[in-house]
Amino acid sequence: MSLVYKCVGKNMLVKFMGEIDHHESKTLRGEIDDVIESDDIKNVIFDFTNVEFMDSSGIGMILGRYRKVEDKDGGVFLVNVRENLDDIFRISGVYSVAKKYDTLSEAMDVV
Amino acid sequence: MEIAKFDNEMRLQFLNKSENESFARATVAAFVSQIDPTVTVITEIKTAVSEAVTNAVIYAYEDKEDFIYVRCGIKDNEVHITVEDKGVGIENIEKAIEPAYTSKPELERAGMGFTIMQSFMDEIMIESKVGAGTIVKMIKKIEE
Repeated sequence: MSLVYKCVGKNMLVKFMGEIDHHESKTLRGEIDDVIESDDIKNVIFDFTNVEFMDSSGIGMILGRYRKVEDKDGGVFLVNVRENLDDIFRISGVYSVAKKYDTLSEAMDVV
Repeated sequence: MEIAKFDNEMRLQFLNKSENESFARATVAAFVSQIDPTVTVITEIKTAVSEAVTNAVIYAYEDKEDFIYVRCGIKDNEVHITVEDKGVGIENIEKAIEPAYTSKPELERAGMGFTIMQSFMDEIMIESKVGAGTIVKMIKKIEE
């Protein structure tokens, strides 16, 4: 598992590759938080195109980042969510704080 | 689970290291693939196993190293999976399975593990004894 990211102004676009579980999320969240702090990021857009597997550790990771940016009036956004991930997001109520968009450009329009 | 109850069965034993979470779910998925489940069913089983094993890694032994035991049996069109530890046990199972409850929020646990196991598997049973350990039993019915 790894991630690539790009910052556009106060927006951070995070693209995951591989599997998101408890083990992987320990390093992922550290990498993302470093950028949120150093670049004063307000919005985080997670792109799940290349995520092959995710369990509830992904929920913790998304909610954790939401807590980092909500004080700055920022938010987290989810893009390219496949069916199996969609089930997990729906069951866990993540969509009440993180909005889902079909494409990256739709998400970029609202941030 | 008794021997010979199943048409086929496998057992795994591994240390409570987070590296083994992906090993456990991938191994169960590979074993289950012999009955040709759909990709969706495989993903649901993998996710449920990952949740149960992650719980054991995080909560069972606190900071001690010890083993987690996974069994998977196939009988007709049912997959039976148990994830067992000999750790601290769960004091209050009702509370533990409540959505969004976690005793370790500092680790960014969402508290959704049991909820996801319940929604992805057909049956789930939790047996736990404080100081003795926990067994999570799950059954998935595979449609032909």
